[in-house]
Amino acid sequence: MALVLNEEQRLLAETAREFLQENAPVAALRSLRDSRDTTGYSRDLWRQMAELGWASVILPETYGGLEFGFTGIGVLLQETGRTLTASPLFASAVVGASAILLGGTEAQREDYLPRLAAGDLTLALALEESHHHRPFGSATRAELNGDSITLNGEKCFVLDGHSADTLLVVARSAGLPGDRDGLSVVLVPRDSAGVECQRTLMVDSRNAANIRFHDVSLPSTAILGEPGTAGAWLDTVLDRGRVTLAAEMLGSAEEVFARTVAWLKERVQFGVPIGSFQALQHRASRLQAELELARSVVLHALATVDDNPQQLALSASLAKATLNELVKLATNEAVQMHGGIGVTDELEIGFFLKRARVTMQIFGDTGFHRDRYASLCGY
Amino acid sequence: MDDLELFREETRQWLEANCPPSQRLPNTPEEQYWGGRRGKFASEDSRQWFERMRDRGWTAPEWPAAYGGGGLTPQQGQVLKEEMKRIRARTPLYSLGLWMLGPALLEYGTEAQKQKHLRAIVNGELRWCQGYSEPGAGSDLASLQTRAEDKGDHFLVNGSKIWTTAADRSDWIFCLVRTDPAAKKQEGISFLLIDMDSPGVSTTPIALISGESEFCQTFFDNVQVPKENLVGGLNRGWSVAKALLVHERKLMAEIGSESPRQEVPPVQAAREYLAFADGRIANSQLRSDLASFEMRMHAIALTHMRGFEERAGGQQSTVGLCMKYLGTEAVKEKSELLLAIMGSRGLGWEAPGFTPEELDTTRLWAGSKAMTIAGGTTEVQLNVIARNILQLPQAPKAATES
Repeated sequence: MALVLNEEQRLLAETAREFLQENAPVAALRSLRDSRDTTGYSRDLWRQMAELGWASVILPETYGGLEFGFTGIGVLLQETGRTLTASPLFASAVVGASAILLGGTEAQREDYLPRLAAGDLTLALALEESHHHRPFGSATRAELNGDSITLNGEKCFVLDGHSADTLLVVARSAGLPGDRDGLSVVLVPRDSAGVECQRTLMVDSRNAANIRFHDVSLPSTAILGEPGTAGAWLDTVLDRGRVTLAAEMLGSAEEVFARTVAWLKERVQFGVPIGSFQALQHRASRLQAELELARSVVLHALATVDDNPQQLALSASLAKATLNELVKLATNEAVQMHGGIGVTDELEIGFFLKRARVTMQIFGDTGFHRDRYASLCGY
Repeated sequence: MDDLELFREETRQWLEANCPPSQRLPNTPEEQYWGGRRGKFASEDSRQWFERMRDRGWTAPEWPAAYGGGGLTPQQGQVLKEEMKRIRARTPLYSLGLWMLGPALLEYGTEAQKQKHLRAIVNGELRWCQGYSEPGAGSDLASLQTRAEDKGDHFLVNGSKIWTTAADRSDWIFCLVRTDPAAKKQEGISFLLIDMDSPGVSTTPIALISGESEFCQTFFDNVQVPKENLVGGLNRGWSVAKALLVHERKLMAEIGSESPRQEVPPVQAAREYLAFADGRIANSQLRSDLASFEMRMHAIALTHMRGFEERAGGQQSTVGLCMKYLGTEAVKEKSELLLAIMGSRGLGWEAPGFTPEELDTTRLWAGSKAMTIAGGTTEVQLNVIARNILQLPQAPKAATES
């Protein structure tokens, strides 16, 4: 399995890096934050990204996709991780698109995927109902009555939830929270009657929402695939999200580490660059070694999606847990090694620290994935 | 089928036909064949396996055939490794000559030196040991004091080397010696090959906390060494040593990823020694520690593969410099984890009352402490990463010189 990028993928990464540094550097996120932008990302930028084909990377050509695979989307996310670029790339083009691809009927795919590929439609997965990740923990009810369904329940930490056109709501038509059986994913236009959306301002200045569904009535065709069967593919959608998010986290860690090493060479104290002190050198070297491990698990996990799907759960948990620990270490070390300036809002390091903390929570923290890895390995 | 797949197919068939079943069981230290004048095979199968591999040059698969090696490409070499691993074939010949001296001779040796030594290494005729560290020169290796004086037709060597692995069972030693005491410390060092049978060479084993004494101190008292045994030129030994250290660290990183010793894998140990409830290890702390360790080993194995793929693709790889540090720290972590899993059964020193595997595990735990010291301490590895990869400035003079 490929653990190195091919020529096409390297080129994609380079193009993306140039584009993002030019059009969406960390300063862009700061300005979205400071202007209290109501969308939370730049629609102009998203249009440009869609024109570059980024919204369609993982989609088959039949639906207007580039069919560039998960290593392709991974290198893009890695680059947006370097610049902390806010966009629907993750929530819509990876998670939303994967849900429709894996769970949708042919008619639903034909309906949604071309619009997703063009960047004309954005999606958000409304999954969590508590403050910890629980893939099958939904209590939200989807009552089927002939040709219609009624949704009732409450979701939190819905990424891009206040800005997406359509919500993918994980709801239950049978069973109890924790059961895999009885789950459905329902396509709910955000402007439907009975949908109450509260944007939550998060520490990373990125988008999330709490959403309440009160007697939301929809045709039964709004259910993705067969009712009650989403438990069979939901975790694969989440795994695809986990590995691409891990790629974004890798990009952030690489960037924050590069900035830290540069600072160690630049900052002079006691008449010498502080990077000449062994106490700091060893900490930087350990981080370098951890980064090497992280690169391997991310590249492996991305390749697993396309080449070896039966190993996806294991490699996704490995990647997410590894990157959770890496971004925590890399951003905390970055702040500490920058010293006083590291805790100022003026320096961009703080943006990386805050984003790291949020990504660690999305789709499973380290404890969650360690537990899952152990269970998958039979102990 | 491409050439490499064809090679894999042929290799698989050949190994299937030629590797005796007894040579597909985990190797124990007692059964390893190290060659040399005093080398003994633990069994007839072990001899046969060694001789068959030797005759194909596959004790040194990637060395040129002209010197007795297998002449394989790095890709073929990797295939052979994978196929051997698949049937769990034992390493036919353990040898510092193969792993360390040979690659250095291929790079720095004269044609005469290559002719004289390489084939003897491939054939396991002579066992080599390494003379680098001295009582006063550990991490600061370049401060070594063993003298080699130019006496016209020979060098006269005086001094002592420490941590010379199995020096008491070796035939030759490759040494770093000081040939110019006036030069800056790295610049007055030469790389010398010394026959251990020379008058004036003596060895004393060193007892370790693991109960083993694989290391010796080796003394040189007016030892005469022919000038032709100088490798890489007078006062140029530091370059040879550095090249060789790279091989040593790679080797130790590989040992880190797959220990050749008979040690229970942690997951298997957990099944044997820990209580389970509903298919899960009941002790949540140990379960979490085990998963955490297994994930790290998984990541290290993937990183080894990535390093290989990068090098095979002609890319510059920064992976190698980190692997000794990562691999050896993981070995120590594994031993600590195993002892935690085994509880008091992991604390025995001698029979009765403990199985041989349990006693091995305890001693390997003590032995593992040397892994992050030998071949360059973890701290020296971190210095190297800081300097060579991160290109951080040198430490202030006071810290390096005092």
